Amino acid sequence: MVNPVTDRSTVLPQAEKASPAVLPAAIQLTRICKSFGPVRANHNVNITIAAGSIHGIIGENGAGKSTLMSILYGFYETDSGLIEVDGKPVTITSPQAAIAVGIGMVHQHFMLIDTFTVLENIILGAETSTLLNPGLAEARIKLQKLEDEYGLNVDLDAMIGELPVGEQQRVEILKALYRNARILILDEPTGVLTPQETTQLFRILRALNREGVTIVLITHKLKEIMAITDTVSVMRAGEMVAHRKTEATDAEELAELMVGRKVFGTIDRGTAACGEPLLKVTGLRVDSDGAVPLLDDISFQVRAGEIVGIAGVSGNGQSELLEVLSGIRGFDAGEIMLNGRQVSPDHLCDPKAVRGLKTAHVPEDRHRLGMVTRFSAQESSILGYQDSAVYNRGPFFDLSRIKAECRRLMDGFDVRPRHPEILSANMSGGNQQKLILAREIDKDPEILLVGQPTRGVDIGAIEFIHRQLVELRNRGTAVLMVSVELDEVMKLSDRILVMFGGRIVAEVAGPDADEKTLGLMMANAHGCTPAPADTHA
Amino acid sequence: MEQSFLFLVLTLDATLRVSTPLIFCAMAGLFSERSGIIDISLEGKMLAAAFAAASVAAVTGSAWLALIAGVAVAVGLALLHGFACITHKGNHVVSGVAINILASGLTIVLGIAWFQRGGQTPSLPPTARFMPVEFPLAQAVDGVPVLGTIYRELLSGHNLLVYVAFLIVPLTWWVVYRTRFGLRLRAVGENPTAVDTAGLSVSWLRFRAVMLCGLLTGLAGTYLSIAQNASFVRDMTAGQGYIALAAMIFGKWRPFPAFGACLIFGLLDAVAIRLQGVHVAGIGEVPVEFIQALPYILTVILLAGFIGKAVAPKAIGMPYLKER
Repeated sequence: MVNPVTDRSTVLPQAEKASPAVLPAAIQLTRICKSFGPVRANHNVNITIAAGSIHGIIGENGAGKSTLMSILYGFYETDSGLIEVDGKPVTITSPQAAIAVGIGMVHQHFMLIDTFTVLENIILGAETSTLLNPGLAEARIKLQKLEDEYGLNVDLDAMIGELPVGEQQRVEILKALYRNARILILDEPTGVLTPQETTQLFRILRALNREGVTIVLITHKLKEIMAITDTVSVMRAGEMVAHRKTEATDAEELAELMVGRKVFGTIDRGTAACGEPLLKVTGLRVDSDGAVPLLDDISFQVRAGEIVGIAGVSGNGQSELLEVLSGIRGFDAGEIMLNGRQVSPDHLCDPKAVRGLKTAHVPEDRHRLGMVTRFSAQESSILGYQDSAVYNRGPFFDLSRIKAECRRLMDGFDVRPRHPEILSANMSGGNQQKLILAREIDKDPEILLVGQPTRGVDIGAIEFIHRQLVELRNRGTAVLMVSVELDEVMKLSDRILVMFGGRIVAEVAGPDADEKTLGLMMANAHGCTPAPADTHA
Repeated sequence: MEQSFLFLVLTLDATLRVSTPLIFCAMAGLFSERSGIIDISLEGKMLAAAFAAASVAAVTGSAWLALIAGVAVAVGLALLHGFACITHKGNHVVSGVAINILASGLTIVLGIAWFQRGGQTPSLPPTARFMPVEFPLAQAVDGVPVLGTIYRELLSGHNLLVYVAFLIVPLTWWVVYRTRFGLRLRAVGENPTAVDTAGLSVSWLRFRAVMLCGLLTGLAGTYLSIAQNASFVRDMTAGQGYIALAAMIFGKWRPFPAFGACLIFGLLDAVAIRLQGVHVAGIGEVPVEFIQALPYILTVILLAGFIGKAVAPKAIGMPYLKER
């Protein structure tokens, strides 16, 4: 390419290509380093984000994206390196300083107070008066103007805790705009959204962008990068490995850059060879404290050799369903047939008995239910099976056996590092998940209940886990999978059930599913009537 | 009729007097806990303040200097609690217990060392105390039936700190719900990370909250030793700090319901005092021990069964650690 050696292109050969001619870059980072003890979270990171652009930063979990953004937002101070905003060097030591230079951030976990109204949340920390009421009135006027300007409609007097997440996110965006942010950073903004909400978010982001707001989108979802960004930077293991114009790249190249090796996108599932139903649920109901039951009238079955996926926006009863099936939670009406044993509200089955029925459970929240993070890997690898004769010799644990078994599991599932003594908490999310899967799958279950199999797991491991699930199914296990990742549900499931408000509102055959229809069902756009049986495709 | 009406008015009058320290402490706890800092050291701070106030009053003869000393000591202990819980992210309950033990022991040791009366401070003359304030015309309206009695016996004739306590309640409500500081205070108890990302200092907010807590417990302690009584007696708080904490939880961390709970507990106490030695029809003389235990028994029952679901500030008791 033509390359007049300008002052900066010597430092940033690739990034320079992306920035337009006249305006100084909205954000320019030069040689940013940040270490936590021996871990180099960011190492010599260079990036140029052009003013008025939508810039994506993509990378696996733990690649250092969040650290970098925390540095920009004043949560961490850099060990070394230079931050320039609008061409001027700045030091950002606190969120206050970041706000002052025009940076706004929408965090992955919203920074909102559930018991406050929208208006109170927005003005918190930016109140204009010592007394509350004049400040609220003033803010209301300014916010109504902002809402009109950008088409962001939020009821300012609604209680945050009662709003759906999509709307909470809009509050976060309004919060940043209210503080006059001209650079908006969004950290994994779509993780909790339905496809429709994501579309709406992107529409808002484009509108903001047209008004001159620079947008930085941090994500691990390739599809979103391709859909909305102008330019993209890829991070891997704490370093920037590439900068591209979005139109000049594609998802495969980005995936490869992220992981550092070739990634195969598809899984050959073969055809389902379904056998007898092993898990049968009829009319299941779980009451709540309020008027609306947590689960209502749930009926379905899972046969040997098929994967049934449950799609839905989180919080619509999927977690409770898994808890009931795995014996953690009781229920109030209905009946469950679990591998030939009848479970009813009067005759519940505790988790140990469930395991005894050759039913394995990989819980949604691995830190809370799947393992004890303060245990070593080998201790975590026997949880739930600690009474098994394999691990015991008389009244004592057979520690060398436990270690050997753990090492065998680690070998089989490629869990890294291969140290049975490592603290569970010190393994990455993907490796923790692989260890739990190994523990459960190794017992040759006939039924596998699995929640969020790949939450917080990086691309390389996702693929591995997916393969394991499909293999298990091919061996004749009945797999029930709950996931908020629609792609995952569509990719793996033979049949898909959609949950909304504690009910199953639709059932679709895996191959017939498309994202748009599923998304509408997840948002229950057609009104809540449980799907009659004849919607089976 | 006349007799029982007077009995009622006098019981209510006693209620006001015994609930005053509870009200101060409940509001103190409210400020602290709304900011996310559990405070079971209301008791200890109140005790230390009572001792400091009584000592200073005994030495200087000035009620006002005594008040300042009481408040200063309580604020000092509050800062200690803050230093442990906010600065060093210690366990709130452990720190609180430590302060209670410290106050209980130190007041006795210092009392014996300074005044040689077995832990008691010298009896104070009226000039060194906060004495009852007579309302104008209190004697003149005595002849008026009902209203006159209420005016003279119930409303008039309390010391200054009683009136302050009853004003503190609406003031607390106003600060918590109508000021910028109040908004931030409530926010930091619910979600400190949100407060931090909004560019506010979590530590500074919480320190201000515990200092307010210290101020109010200081008033409570001062009231006990130089207004309600005329000297400090060892362990004179007798668990009222805990009762106040219970009242605050019973009131679900809100000023007026907490105030109501304080009055209920105060009333029970007042009734207990009045009922001692009284014959109740059909039962005979109620044992003194039972009457004295009544407030505590009811506290347990109320807390166990009738409070409903008390939703504490979400971040209560959790030290704020910066993280990604």
